Amino acid sequence: MGKILEVNHLTIHIKTHKGTVQAVRDVSFCLNEQETLAVVGESGSGKSITMKGIMGILPKNGKVTEGSVLYDGKELTKLTERQMQNVRGSEIAMVFQDPMTSLNPTMRVGKQIEEMLRAHKKDMTSEQRKKRGLELLELVGISNPEERYRQYPHQLSGGMRQRVVIAIALACEPKVLIADEPTTALDVTIQAQILDLMRSLQTKIKTSIIIITHNLGVVANIADRVAVMYGGKLVETGAVSDIFHNPLHEYTKGLLKSVPKAQEKGGRLQAIPGTPPDLMDPPKGCPFAARCMETMLVCQKFMPEDTDCSENHRSACWLLDERAGGVS
Amino acid sequence: MRNEAIEDSLFVKVKVKAEEKEHIAAPASGMIADAWLRLRKNKAAVVALFILIAIILLAVFAPVFSKYSFSDTDYGSVFAQPNADHIFGADQFGRDMWVRIWMGTRISLMIAAVAAVLDLVVGVLYGAVSALLGGRVDAVMQRIIEVLVGIPHLIIVILFLMAFPAGVGTIIAALSITGWVNMARLVRAEILKLKSQEFVMASQVLGSSKFYIIMKDLIPNTVGVIVINVMFTIPNAIFTEAFLSFIGIGLAEPQASLGVLINGGYQVLQNYPHVLIFPAVVIVLIMVCFSVLGDGLRDAMDPQMRK
Amino acid sequence: MVKYILKRLLFIFVTLWIIVTCTFFMMKQLPGTPFDAERFSIMTPAQQESMLEMYGLNDPVPVQYVKYIGNILHGDLGTSFSYVNQDVGSVIAGRLKPSALIGLQAVLIGLAIGLVLGILAAWKHNSGIDYLTMILAVLGVSVPNFVAAALLQYYIGLKWGILPIGFWTSWNCSVLPSIALSFSATAMVARFMRTEMLDVLDQDYIVTARAKGISQMQVLMRHAVKNSILPVVTILGPIVVNLMTGSLAVENIYSIPGIGSLFVDCIKANDYPVIMGITIFYAAFYMLVVLLVDLVYSMIDPRIRLTKGKED
Repeated sequence: MGKILEVNHLTIHIKTHKGTVQAVRDVSFCLNEQETLAVVGESGSGKSITMKGIMGILPKNGKVTEGSVLYDGKELTKLTERQMQNVRGSEIAMVFQDPMTSLNPTMRVGKQIEEMLRAHKKDMTSEQRKKRGLELLELVGISNPEERYRQYPHQLSGGMRQRVVIAIALACEPKVLIADEPTTALDVTIQAQILDLMRSLQTKIKTSIIIITHNLGVVANIADRVAVMYGGKLVETGAVSDIFHNPLHEYTKGLLKSVPKAQEKGGRLQAIPGTPPDLMDPPKGCPFAARCMETMLVCQKFMPEDTDCSENHRSACWLLDERAGGVS
Repeated sequence: MRNEAIEDSLFVKVKVKAEEKEHIAAPASGMIADAWLRLRKNKAAVVALFILIAIILLAVFAPVFSKYSFSDTDYGSVFAQPNADHIFGADQFGRDMWVRIWMGTRISLMIAAVAAVLDLVVGVLYGAVSALLGGRVDAVMQRIIEVLVGIPHLIIVILFLMAFPAGVGTIIAALSITGWVNMARLVRAEILKLKSQEFVMASQVLGSSKFYIIMKDLIPNTVGVIVINVMFTIPNAIFTEAFLSFIGIGLAEPQASLGVLINGGYQVLQNYPHVLIFPAVVIVLIMVCFSVLGDGLRDAMDPQMRK
Repeated sequence: MVKYILKRLLFIFVTLWIIVTCTFFMMKQLPGTPFDAERFSIMTPAQQESMLEMYGLNDPVPVQYVKYIGNILHGDLGTSFSYVNQDVGSVIAGRLKPSALIGLQAVLIGLAIGLVLGILAAWKHNSGIDYLTMILAVLGVSVPNFVAAALLQYYIGLKWGILPIGFWTSWNCSVLPSIALSFSATAMVARFMRTEMLDVLDQDYIVTARAKGISQMQVLMRHAVKNSILPVVTILGPIVVNLMTGSLAVENIYSIPGIGSLFVDCIKANDYPVIMGITIFYAAFYMLVVLLVDLVYSMIDPRIRLTKGKED
């Protein structure tokens, strides 16, 4: 399997009136063809901003200051806005968190799907577009698509809206689908349906998926590999089994411990004490040092480097250095 | 992997107490103090505040410390251009414009302030009663408001002014007769919004009495809306008074309000524009400052609304 | 929908009836008659009687009221005191055209400039054009319309002689009053549009639209502007009130034979039938505009449903 997307040393700064937020710091990862990569981490860890940076849809005050995004051999960060528009939607598409707000409330559902086709499939006639739109609605499992096609988003339920959002994203059969917490805003029962839908569509359309989530259940359900982000940095990547059974970074360990388990009745939920670092003025060393139970002096002063531990399992933690007093 | 630049001695575990990880970044501060801090950062609003204070001080003291009074005529200096003696010149009776303008500002501001206070009292009471009692009472009170809202306010004010002898009191009454409606609607909406919010429910669940909830939960949280609305009713009242005096049904000579002065200035605009320009500048300045300060206060009190 | 409109119309009638009743009895309390006191007193009792008869003033007040209401229902607003032998309806109708023209032009100017400024300001948030728009918006509502009108008349009309200083002889005469009236409308529209669009630009569906790979212009026009321009309809009500009241002063300044100047003249002349007629006209017009705005808004904006409780 080849790499479809390769992100190297991506750094993104966001200017606010209080100062510059170093939202994403030196993040590198790759996405293989037809693979599902889950990106996990708490709010503000830079997951969404990384994805928006890849798509070139950062907010006005955000900027990729360093690093590269290679898609299918193309360097995306060097493309002009116009060239990037051709990539967006047709090659890399995105599904957003809240289906209640991610559809235009004053545009009919059908038209929002057709807009995607109109932008990228220029040779389609309007009948073809409509036919394709209806096909897509059916594909994502919406019953009586003819009727839904003419409706406005507010006439649809949340689960249905998310299906529409997915239909829009898949309209041009993109090679990469980025899903930013696609199930967070939905009911638990609907969540499973949407995940099933994404999995089955992946095999049908042969797309690679990056799914952002902070739900480790979702990760276990759908992902092949996991990338863990903390404080704007990528702290660990690896196959799902590696991450779940042999976590290396202390943050990953904390994250796994904080999942409530059914068999441990009456026990306290394990939280990670403390708060994430201020990315306006990030610490010089490991971003997790202030909350880590195993902090060493070196952690506070120097940034740990990415260390290969086994094939496809990397982590940035000083405990992995041979000089550390034995990995716990 | 081994980075030789880093000393081995640094690989020592640091002891940290768990509770030290949970520290709160900034002390909590009250709503008013918070709003004031935010307002201070808004340069335009601070400048507006200082200009307003200066205007109020001038309105209070300038006529006192001048050798002229607002009605002293001096036929030697009819339509005098601004000069050392008459800073803003003089009008068709040789009356000193400097004194007349600050006298006029004083009357305009006073009318606006009293009208705003009346609006505040009536509006807040009406809105609060309507929202707190609810049901039938609320429905009836809302119908009354809807009727009042159906008529352009200025029409009511004009009709009222026709029915009673012109004077400062009449104008204040006329302004208040319609002015409270807005306040009442805002206060009612705000209280209804608050009533349905979780923190009020939480208070109820915890067993707070109705009175306690009104005093501690509802009133403090409506203060913002009330203050902001007052900041917009004052310039409105100043405008309305000036408007009425300008079309000739408000105050009249020799009394000096800003509207009377502008009306007088307009009559001689063709030949002596300065008689119009100075009072016009003062009224515009007052309106602009209240508007900017009102916007600033709104931003300061409701940071989410900030744009 | 029809039920809703009928309900609203009924409410408008009730409101109008309350207004008519209140103003009628208030007018009856007012001092002074339409007749010149000196001349009236030297008339013979028979002459006085016939004068009062002619204006329907010799009945007891309640009878006058019932007659007045009856006449209104027939579309008869009574006879003017100051415009001899003319009925109020035709006096008002004769003044309608100039006011309508000026008001309409002012609304159009306000919408055109206000929308463009608002859109640009939001699109280039915190830029020069944004600050300029905010300054104009503050000035637009802070400079009283009669001051603006007087200054425009003095500089553009009198000093530079570009446009007529007043009167109603050609279309040119309507330009300055329309501009003077349009300031506050422009300010209101610009400010509203800017706030609305800044809000829309923050919405998730704008990010969705950008992620589709359509051009920035399309994102702006099809998604941002369309969603923020629809609510602008709702401030037409306040704008109309603003123009109505503004016209009282502006029409006087420019000597325009419109309803605003008629109203002020009649107030000074104690011409109660016309004052009442105009009051009714203004109130009815305003309430109809508000009703119309609500209906139009519900039709053009799929987010809004008029009857309560149907929102999901």
